Amino acid sequence: MWTRSFAVLSLLVVIAGRPEAGAPNSPPPSDDAITHALNRLTFGPRPGDVARVKAMGLQNWIDLQLNPSRIDDAALTGRLARLQTLTLDSQTIQREYSGPAMIERRERQQQAGEAGGAGGAGGAGREREPSVAQRKDRQVIADLEEAKLLRAVYSERQLEEVLVDFWFNHFNVFAGKGATRNYLNEYEREAIRPYVLGNFRDMLEATAKSPAMLFYLDNWQNVSADSPSPGGAQRRPPPGADRRAPRGSEAADPTSPDLSAEARSAKVEGARPKRGINENYARELMELHTLGVDGGYTQDDIVNVARAFTGWTMQPREGSGTQFVARLHDDKAKTVLGHTIKAGGGQDDVEQVLDILAAHPSTARHIATALAARFVSDTPPASLVDRAAARFTATRGDLREVVRTIITSPEFSAPESYRAKVKTPLDFVVSALRATGADLRSALPLARELREMGMPLYFCQPPTGYHDTAATWVSAGALVSRMNFAVELGKNQLRGVRVPLSEEETVGLKIGSPEFQRQ
Amino acid sequence: MTSRRVFLKSGAMAMITMGFAPSFLARTAAAAGRRQKLLITIFQRGAVDGLNMVVPYGEADYYRARPSIAIARPGAADGAIDLDGFFALHPRMAPFKPLWDRGDLAIVQASGSHDTTRSHFDAQDYMESATPGVKSTTDGWLNRYLSASANARNPLRAVALTPQMPRTLQGVAPALAMGNTADFAVADMGARASFEEIYQAAQDKSLNGTAGEAFDAMRTLAKKTAEPYRPANGAAYPRSPFGQALQEIARLAKSDVGLEIAFAESTQWDHHVNQGAATGQMANRLDDFSRGIAALAQDLGERMADTIILTMSEFGRAVAENGSRGTDHGHGNAMFVIGGGVKGGAVYGQWPGLKADQRFEGRDLAVTTDFRDVFGEVVVKHLGASAATAARVFPGYPLTTAAFRGILRG
Repeated sequence: MWTRSFAVLSLLVVIAGRPEAGAPNSPPPSDDAITHALNRLTFGPRPGDVARVKAMGLQNWIDLQLNPSRIDDAALTGRLARLQTLTLDSQTIQREYSGPAMIERRERQQQAGEAGGAGGAGGAGREREPSVAQRKDRQVIADLEEAKLLRAVYSERQLEEVLVDFWFNHFNVFAGKGATRNYLNEYEREAIRPYVLGNFRDMLEATAKSPAMLFYLDNWQNVSADSPSPGGAQRRPPPGADRRAPRGSEAADPTSPDLSAEARSAKVEGARPKRGINENYARELMELHTLGVDGGYTQDDIVNVARAFTGWTMQPREGSGTQFVARLHDDKAKTVLGHTIKAGGGQDDVEQVLDILAAHPSTARHIATALAARFVSDTPPASLVDRAAARFTATRGDLREVVRTIITSPEFSAPESYRAKVKTPLDFVVSALRATGADLRSALPLARELREMGMPLYFCQPPTGYHDTAATWVSAGALVSRMNFAVELGKNQLRGVRVPLSEEETVGLKIGSPEFQRQ
Repeated sequence: MTSRRVFLKSGAMAMITMGFAPSFLARTAAAAGRRQKLLITIFQRGAVDGLNMVVPYGEADYYRARPSIAIARPGAADGAIDLDGFFALHPRMAPFKPLWDRGDLAIVQASGSHDTTRSHFDAQDYMESATPGVKSTTDGWLNRYLSASANARNPLRAVALTPQMPRTLQGVAPALAMGNTADFAVADMGARASFEEIYQAAQDKSLNGTAGEAFDAMRTLAKKTAEPYRPANGAAYPRSPFGQALQEIARLAKSDVGLEIAFAESTQWDHHVNQGAATGQMANRLDDFSRGIAALAQDLGERMADTIILTMSEFGRAVAENGSRGTDHGHGNAMFVIGGGVKGGAVYGQWPGLKADQRFEGRDLAVTTDFRDVFGEVVVKHLGASAATAARVFPGYPLTTAAFRGILRG
């Protein structure tokens, strides 16, 4: 299989002449080994990449990729410059982009209500021309999608981009849920990107306290059972919280017009709505973000962690930032995984919980397994997971060192690992552009392709994120989509993308080939 | 308690109440002996709140536990739709009422998995593999049915109308996942031929096999689905992704491509916050869900005599509402079984009650019917699987017909 795939791939990459004279001690890595490293540590090799890596030495190249700040990325910066919303804070996005569209939607709904009554959820979905406000609103997500694809295709800091994708997916939030989308820019820029080669505990805390996560996993609704009744200014929903997601998505809608009806029925039953904890974040924090589902926590631990997180919410008015509201916090003692958190800890409860979780051996193993599965194979060798987990523990969660352990391991370089991974739709689309040297002029048509392939960017609804296993992505339907994408790319029929003419003849067949579905 | 609610309609009654001309049915039954059986499974992902879907309005504890999100009793404003004097449907599920009245719809309340996980991911995995607690299972329960009972490899025998292959259908037997039937083609005929050639020659077993199924199915579909689709019997599907997926299932079923197993999913049931009651978020989802399924049954018409629609969700939700007018992850839940062979108009299973000491772990609806006893009854009685086949579909589970709830005739 390798010979075949290599034969096809060698057409895509410029193969350097003869191998340079080897280093004195060990033989230089083969072109196969370099291609393998490029397949896994980047979004796919471009023409000439194998030769470039060979010239500088594979180890040097890996070291450089592990230290992205040393890599000049000015060309990418230039391409990103036209994306106006990329550097905005959430407050500005709310005020100038999503807010006006929300007000307009409300007005339209009101008009529709006055005009004819029926309305209802499934009601007339006739699409009007998007207004200026709506177009501006959509631009925020469009810019994010465009930036993600531009970075994946053009950044020289490829490993960093691969890891930003990995960690965003690990700490997934869903743009379709209410106000989450207002916070997405900030989330990726400030809670994920700075830490992907940094410390795990830091990233964990940054996500835990991010408005995006507080909203997406409902912690802003998680309050002490003893706290005052709702209605106070503190629990005011964030701006934009009532926005409806596209495609009939109906996640949290805190300013639902049904509130009054609920309040009425509550009265009928003779009881006031009770405040209390919401376990959603606590559960996913342990199951997905840290310990893993078999990591040894109980329902009691979930309740105690939820109690520790009571009172953490977003700034209600500013549409930006995080705050701790002491009077909504359950300040009694808690027990988490056998550790006692003393009463009266206030906002320090969260620090203690995150310390306990980040230092737990289950977390080391969970993170090591996930990274090894991303870089080596869907079922990574136990020996490698053990070493990576040990490195995680020894370095107190230094992710650069954990990644280094994995990508410089014998298991990574073993020929069995070559092409062991099937590309996700994102890997496939981006690697196709890189392999063909395509010019990406507008990324939005590609974002649409990804939606149709079942991998919409920023719109993965469950907190699990996307799986990156072959079982998830190999299906007849998926192959048909990929073949069609390949044909259109090869004929320059994809909008927003231009493939150099010399390649046009055979591009479609190469990109749609079985070999190209793997990395 | 159980017997009170298990109300069996006579066979003759059910025939008449199918909603189609009896003569048509008789003609169907007489024609060609055994017809193609069809099982349509629908997964409500995100853990639907079964207590607001099939409302136990006869339980005072239901109302005590849910001061702001309970569905009002039948007869009250925005009240639930009474079924049997104890249970009622959510008011937005009115499209299900005619199915119930005709005896085509059965409900299994307090069903689910005895595994205690409240993780969406694990619980979906366990339900789709039908091996709760066993993570190493590589295939889905319906794929095991396919491989245990197949003689010919027909990729259109099992189709998921989802962009990705659901866990339920993953495994060695051929199955297809597609967004819709129209897009399932490589339009460029030259490229199609070349691709078919290189995939056939590929050593990559997984991609080689999957592509082979894709090309076979493409040829068949091109012949069968050339015309634009028009639903029959005045069926009107919601324009939602779910409604459209169900319409595609009807289209495939009527194209006689050998479809035996179909899969669709309805998403966004995870209502931790502001779930709503008679109206609101969940009500809107239930509207889409029940209108879609009712349209499917109407569209399939006489084919419903040989069809079962089976719905499931990974677990139910806590009995008490949480601090955000929503519900957190729970345990037992409700399943719907719809079709001509169903002894409908009844809520099956033992009702465990909602008092604190009757709840699972003091907080959730208990599970009194293992979901595999419902799946098993469908596989054995509807699909006609042998005992040996059924044993392969549910490894490690002592499936016995004695444990079946008697939801299906035969």
